[in-house]
Amino acid sequence: MIVPLDEGVRELVGDSDTVALEGFTHLIPVAAGHEIIRQGRRDLTLARMTPDIVYDQLIGAGCAAKLVFSWGGNPGVGSLHRFRDAIQHGWPRPLEIEEHSHAGMANRYVAGASGLPFAVLRGYAGTDLVGQTETIKTVECPFTGEHLAAVPALNPDVAIVHAQRADRHGNVQLWGITGIQKEAVLAAERSLVTVEEIVDELDPVPGQVILPARVVSAVSVVPGGSRPSYAHGYYARDNGAYQDWDVVSREREKFAAWLKDDVGADAPLPGKAG
Amino acid sequence: MTTATGYTSDEMMTVAAAHALTSEMACFVGIGLPSTAANLACRTHARDLWMIYESGTLGTRPDTLPLSIGDGVLAETADTVVSVPEVFNYWLQPGRIDVGFLGAAQIDRYANINTTVIGDYADPKVRLPGAGGAPEIAASCREVVVIVRQSARTFVDRADFVTSVGHGRGPGDRDRLGLRGAGPTRVITDLGVLKPDPGTRELTLVQLHAGVTVDDVRAATGWELAVSPDLATTPEPTAEELAVLRSLTGRD
Repeated sequence: MIVPLDEGVRELVGDSDTVALEGFTHLIPVAAGHEIIRQGRRDLTLARMTPDIVYDQLIGAGCAAKLVFSWGGNPGVGSLHRFRDAIQHGWPRPLEIEEHSHAGMANRYVAGASGLPFAVLRGYAGTDLVGQTETIKTVECPFTGEHLAAVPALNPDVAIVHAQRADRHGNVQLWGITGIQKEAVLAAERSLVTVEEIVDELDPVPGQVILPARVVSAVSVVPGGSRPSYAHGYYARDNGAYQDWDVVSREREKFAAWLKDDVGADAPLPGKAG
Repeated sequence: MTTATGYTSDEMMTVAAAHALTSEMACFVGIGLPSTAANLACRTHARDLWMIYESGTLGTRPDTLPLSIGDGVLAETADTVVSVPEVFNYWLQPGRIDVGFLGAAQIDRYANINTTVIGDYADPKVRLPGAGGAPEIAASCREVVVIVRQSARTFVDRADFVTSVGHGRGPGDRDRLGLRGAGPTRVITDLGVLKPDPGTRELTLVQLHAGVTVDDVRAATGWELAVSPDLATTPEPTAEELAVLRSLTGRD
């Protein structure tokens, strides 16, 4: 239940899996993402509402074949350059995308967590998103006849989230901006939660989300595991790191050097033109 | 109140955008320029503005400008923090929000917004961040206010990709699509203010900021821009508004 991070990733994340490392600006599981890069996973389908710099790193390192998402950017800074390089130039490999709005992605996780095949929402009408993916259809309400958007459940093979605390049994406590983490864990076949600390007893906290041990496959203690994002009550976002990433990620060579120095992994085909 | 001098066109735009908001409104705030303008509004004339960010912070009053939609300061100062499905399904979708406040990478003649790609979707010239919350904000809020710097590159005849629907291709399109809100009611730029013409739904210049000419705006618009016969001049920022704005953005 409580395992070292490398063991958790080795046991739970396989090549070609659909993996959701969720977090909504807050509690991004960055350390777990770096471990996936170090272990050299390939052909992953990466799902996340707001892929940010750790997804840029996974894509740049060649781990991903496909991205399922609704907004991909460096929050508060600008674009993701490794993501752009993959989409615009196929480097280090082409990246298939399945693109939604936030409301669509949120409802896909809700359907997944609810054990339903799809979700309905009043959205997407008139947008060009509809024509780009088979995962947005229209259904007619059997009661009112209204036309609504339908999106299929998103059920990842594994969800990975970061949280503040867990107890020794593996019950997890998470609070602050709670995003979509609970739904992602409940929708997934397996889950890995990295936490700031393990405590004997979980003290109740206002607005907390509890993930009972029975829905969590493994917990790893990784203090600072969401840096440079933040963990409410533990540490603040390192905004400078997000700005620095904009510089590092613009060039393949700089990115390759960063990957070697900061993660301990080799970039695929560094410097090759796309 | 005295009118200030020596302000930038960005400051003029931000103050004009803040004026679109009132104390009675619930506002779904986008990050960047909309967030700056909304925070200015609730520190000046719209003290009770109810600000919502898509990270699930309802009724937030951040002490400083948030660096992103999920900034911790938004959670610490909110009436409540809810999950992402809740903010979209319970608050936005049923039409509980008065105004959606959005930016744009491209905006077209009918105020359709593109934040997805420049060029072809499958082979983009520039890949942008994508939709985020904007499509449903544009569909479900009672009205939408857009704030965007004006240039011929941004103000295009036809958006390369419609991420969020404005007025479609003209009159009746929103109704036909079943979109519940009124759509974009005004677009505030660094040059002036545009509103959809009540008949054609085309964006029409209704207000110029001080020192800007119609020709300046036409040169920064990628279609033949209609101009209202009642063209007005935007009130200039007050010294108080500029002081508050600069304290927010950290400028002198």
